[in-house]
Amino acid sequence: MTHPCPDEPTLSEVFCNRAIDAAPVGFVLAHIKSDKPVLWIQDRISRKESGRPYMPGMLRPMEIVYVDAKRPVDVLWAMEEGLNCSGFGAVLGEIWGDPQVLDFTATKRLALRAERHEVPGWMIRRSAQPNLSAARNRWRVASLQSLRHPWNAQAPGTPMWEAELFRSRNGKTGRWVVKYENENMHFEHGIEADAHTFANGAIQ
Amino acid sequence: MTTAPDMSKPRRILSVYLPRFGMEHWEIRARRRGETLDSEKPCALGLDTPRGPVVHAVNPAAEAQGIHAGARVVDMRALCPDLRMEHADLHAEKHALERLMLWSRRWAPWSAIDGKGGLVLDVTGCAHLFGGEDGFLRKVEADLARAGMTCRLAIAPTHGAAWALARYGTGAAICHDVMDGQLAALSVRALRIAGETVTLLNRLGLKTIGDLLATPRVPLTRRFARNALEENPLMRLDQMTGKLAEPLTAPKDPPRFVVQSRLAEPVQDPTEWIPQLAEELCTHLHDEGKGLRRVHLTVYRTDGEVSSVTCATSQATRDPKHIARLFDGKLESIDPGFGFDLITLIGSANEQIGTRQTRLDRKPDHSEATARTIDRLIARFGPPAVLRPKHTPRHMPERQEHWQTALASDAYPTPINLQRPCRLLEHPEEIRVLYAVPEGPPAQFSWRKLVHRINRYEGPERIAPEWWNDRASSRIRDYYRIEEQYGLRLWIYRNGLLNDGRGFDPLWFMHGLFL
Repeated sequence: MTHPCPDEPTLSEVFCNRAIDAAPVGFVLAHIKSDKPVLWIQDRISRKESGRPYMPGMLRPMEIVYVDAKRPVDVLWAMEEGLNCSGFGAVLGEIWGDPQVLDFTATKRLALRAERHEVPGWMIRRSAQPNLSAARNRWRVASLQSLRHPWNAQAPGTPMWEAELFRSRNGKTGRWVVKYENENMHFEHGIEADAHTFANGAIQ
Repeated sequence: MTTAPDMSKPRRILSVYLPRFGMEHWEIRARRRGETLDSEKPCALGLDTPRGPVVHAVNPAAEAQGIHAGARVVDMRALCPDLRMEHADLHAEKHALERLMLWSRRWAPWSAIDGKGGLVLDVTGCAHLFGGEDGFLRKVEADLARAGMTCRLAIAPTHGAAWALARYGTGAAICHDVMDGQLAALSVRALRIAGETVTLLNRLGLKTIGDLLATPRVPLTRRFARNALEENPLMRLDQMTGKLAEPLTAPKDPPRFVVQSRLAEPVQDPTEWIPQLAEELCTHLHDEGKGLRRVHLTVYRTDGEVSSVTCATSQATRDPKHIARLFDGKLESIDPGFGFDLITLIGSANEQIGTRQTRLDRKPDHSEATARTIDRLIARFGPPAVLRPKHTPRHMPERQEHWQTALASDAYPTPINLQRPCRLLEHPEEIRVLYAVPEGPPAQFSWRKLVHRINRYEGPERIAPEWWNDRASSRIRDYYRIEEQYGLRLWIYRNGLLNDGRGFDPLWFMHGLFL
């Protein structure tokens, strides 16, 4: 199946169940197609709990500008500045928990800016509740058991993610298993099945 | 780049002598603390020395009673029992003089500290801005008086002459020719020479500079040939007459692009003036085809202090709106005191930029917009918080990625290695092995209070320490890519080998997270 959301720049949120799961990062990176630099902002707790981006392990070579923000309000400010500037390929903010400042108004500001300047905005929310928000698409992403490695039965193979689109303005909500093909740098949604059975079947 | 003033033309040097600097600095600070001072009461600052407390500075009331600097405090107490003694803070005084030196650049761009309580300025070509040299001296005197300082001033063609006239002359002096007799009447003390040399010259019957000029040079040269500058009256004399060059070394280069705005009345908030100043600065930059990478806003307070704010840009710019926006939210850090009456905007780190066309079609150029956003981020969060990764050829994974400030522009894309995680923990975290197996990673371990069971793994990948760089106790790391029971893909390593002679049994660490 093709991607469930129309391919237009807007603000999306990605939640994850486990703070140390890097699947949301991969999921967001796979969406960023532009060659322009990416503005990447982390608040202090996100950085402490889930580490910093490490460029050699990214999906493809990319240029990033990284902002080491202290508080969630700084992340929002920096995201707003970034979404105001069409020179960025995407703006990616990581916010830990449910801070007071991240309310409907704040997300609405970001969403409107993202749409006006056509810069996709992504928010990775760890240890957070999906409260009221103006984000156009809201995902929940988690790692699944990877596919079997073609040559080494012991080793982890192609990564698999479980993605649930639980709220979307234009797209179709649902739940998918997402496979990321390394060789082609090719991203595909729509292996529509019960995630766990598929994952277990894949690794036998 | 700035160039030193032309040496071939006659220069005009202003010497500012602040005879009561120590005392007045203390008085300003006392007033700022809210103390009310009575100028009729004798007051002095003391300094602890090996010979006991000694008077460092006195106010006019104390001086009238015969109290002088350098005398012992106990003697002076006997002379004047109601003398108020305070401690002198030499360190603060030195810093205050440095700040005053920067503040004095409101009159002329080259200034330097000249001994204790003295400043020297190269004012060549500056005096006409204030209505000639007379007006200039009046202006300097008035500004210093407003800041609470007594001063004695002199303008002369050489530093030596100005120094002598300011300290030993009669009132504010303007000297056009060093040989015109004004200087000849001064004592040899005015030559900036050490006390013993003065005594020696007096013993030889040479009491004034005129006497020294009238004496044949050869015997004097022979007498003082081996002496250092401070003990050599002839070299000092040549410096005074201009035969020996004495360049004025200003501690910081005077800036090339400066605009300033003089205000009729002291104000507290510079915000209104910034767009206008930025506009002017950019006009200057445009005329010379330059752009700035750093911009300093300085306010000169009426009480003799200077405050400044600096912003940097990641690309050379001369866009007034952008420059003005960089100061948003940064002006709170300026301490306006009782207000300031002069604002300057200085563009430094200038780079050549042409008026350029970046694209052939009419679409906007994005790289410039990106650079401006980065500037605003830096202006808000500071240069250490806005970073770009730079790949460095090192062994250790955490050293391969060097985070440098986004102002630098030599970043290039990192080569991708799929055996590396996409997230690296700031510091490797120790994991507790629950179920070890002889080879390979542990079958079960706990990290951050959660138990992880390893389903699959790949490895080891052995990474040796950088022996040319690390301590001798650093150990080999064996990295494993693992996948645990819920599908999390993690990067763990064992620090060291069993019985490698570098410490206890090896520990396991968590280092990164895979996609």
